[in-house]
Amino acid sequence: MSFYQAGKWLLLASILAFHVSPTTARAQDSAPKLGMNAGTSSSATTTPGDVATASANYTVPAYLQKQVGNAALAGHNAWMLVSSALVLLMTAPGLALFYGGLVRKKNVLGVMMQCFFLMGLNSVIWALWGYSLAFGGDPRSKNFNPWIGNGDYLCMHGVERTWNVGTNQAETPMFAGYPGSIDPIPRLTHMLFQGMFFIITPALICGAFAERMKFSTMVVFTILWGTLIYCPLAHWVWWGGVLQYGSAHLPGWAAGGALDFAGGTVVHISSGISALVCALLIGRRLGYGSEPMPPHNLTYTVVGAALLWIGWFGFNAGSELQSDAIASSAFAATHFAAAAGAITWAAMEWFIRGKPSVLGACSGAVAGLVCITPASGFVNPMPAIAMGIAGGVVCFTACTGFKSKFRYDDSLDAFGVHGVGGTLGALLTGVFATRAVTDANHGQPLGLLEGGSLLRGQIVAVLATWVFAIVGTFAILKILDALMGLRVTQQQELQGLDVSQHGEEGYIFI
Amino acid sequence: MKKIEAVIRHFKLEDVKNALTEQGIQGMTITEVRGFGRQKGHTEMYRGTEYTVDFVPKVKIEVVVPDGQLHNVVDTIMRVAQTGQIGDGKIFVIDLANTIRIRTGETGEDAL
Repeated sequence: MSFYQAGKWLLLASILAFHVSPTTARAQDSAPKLGMNAGTSSSATTTPGDVATASANYTVPAYLQKQVGNAALAGHNAWMLVSSALVLLMTAPGLALFYGGLVRKKNVLGVMMQCFFLMGLNSVIWALWGYSLAFGGDPRSKNFNPWIGNGDYLCMHGVERTWNVGTNQAETPMFAGYPGSIDPIPRLTHMLFQGMFFIITPALICGAFAERMKFSTMVVFTILWGTLIYCPLAHWVWWGGVLQYGSAHLPGWAAGGALDFAGGTVVHISSGISALVCALLIGRRLGYGSEPMPPHNLTYTVVGAALLWIGWFGFNAGSELQSDAIASSAFAATHFAAAAGAITWAAMEWFIRGKPSVLGACSGAVAGLVCITPASGFVNPMPAIAMGIAGGVVCFTACTGFKSKFRYDDSLDAFGVHGVGGTLGALLTGVFATRAVTDANHGQPLGLLEGGSLLRGQIVAVLATWVFAIVGTFAILKILDALMGLRVTQQQELQGLDVSQHGEEGYIFI
Repeated sequence: MKKIEAVIRHFKLEDVKNALTEQGIQGMTITEVRGFGRQKGHTEMYRGTEYTVDFVPKVKIEVVVPDGQLHNVVDTIMRVAQTGQIGDGKIFVIDLANTIRIRTGETGEDAL
């Protein structure tokens, strides 16, 4: 069908769908939503009286419903595929450049390799069992396990396109969504989008053990951490598990459950806290505190931070899982929080140290982005700016104050930015989340500011994630330390990871 | 013959080279160097951690001149490389025993 024809059908459908009775509208899955939106503009060219006469006693034909459904699907799916690519952009080049610039020259390839290799490794794990463990099972079923997924989607079974011999047609499994208000997108798209999160989360941890961890151990650590920590957490918070707000499987201790729009608990707290455990168990870099270890190329870091900012739009606005008004709201909140974070961190340095540093502005933007992540689909732009400012202030204090006071070597501040910023964001979600943006509580107040009780569930989820990440990461690292060792030898560390782990140099000028 | 070693600021190199070329200087050697004088280094700050940079990057010009040109060349470098701010650099003048052009075997001022 040509684009013109499709547009004509869409216009007709929108006029009709806008005026059909509410009962008919609710009976459709995706058609009414699109019709409601498009109907606003179509009424400008048609007088209300005409439409009222034309639509009286009219039921939308099935073929028309299908056309509208297809148009809606095309929009949602296009946005989600773009979002998936944007999230992948965050790991490499975004994070790889951001971290790559912050390490010393002899370790630039080492840290970039960690980011790039994980794009491969975690994608394969996700396809084999990760997606199934995180999103397997039907939350509406009585037999649903709220702690971990199941084998429904192992090796992409039930996700990939298949040939149905009975109907003689190809079929693509669709993602119906949970708790149920989401228009279906192909399950393949949902799998891809969530898979990008599975890639970047362990990559964030690399910032804590940069410049000293054995590559082989890092690989095994990532497989175990992703399987045993990330997948259950994603299931708890995003797939009807024990921590999800409004889940039918919430235990009493969850205090109503938590809202986590794009991964404050699942991504940032889990990776940030695990990063701190890694930094403490692996120990400080040789010469830490006595030798200068400044970033070797801050220009990389600036480019990386800018790419992270851009990619984060997919991360947060894509987490709506469709292209609608909440996606726009999440986009705006994300942008304002990043902007506020950038200027706040730089302003604090300007005020306290006399100069606003470039690294400070970049760090502040990332801190603002981390802080807004759990709240992005639940708050308006002004609270988002407040959260960005809070993220800038608190993460600045964590990175410059706590670290030097307690003398742990979180090389690239994975804990200071992601652990602290994620925790702050999750708690502030409980303060600022509003029913004006989300209908998570069926029109009842949510955040503390509008008199809701969401904050209690947020606190419980934060504590649960902290405990789970600390205990799990500690156990994994202890086992790996005994089996294969965590750290490179002193000689290898002095030589740099580029040569000792990969046999290459980052900079060869001939 | 004298050898003049002038340690100057990077951004003055082009001006100094042009000025010396106008003076009839036919060759010079340039090196990227690091060091400090009275101004010492400076401090840099990365996420709250301070680093002291002792050695400041400069560029060193080496040029050999006949005794008669010494005054003009030194004067030119002084005039062109000067900003008046601390860290403008230094000029060292060294007595030179000989110069030999490798291609022809010429020596002394003929080899300049």
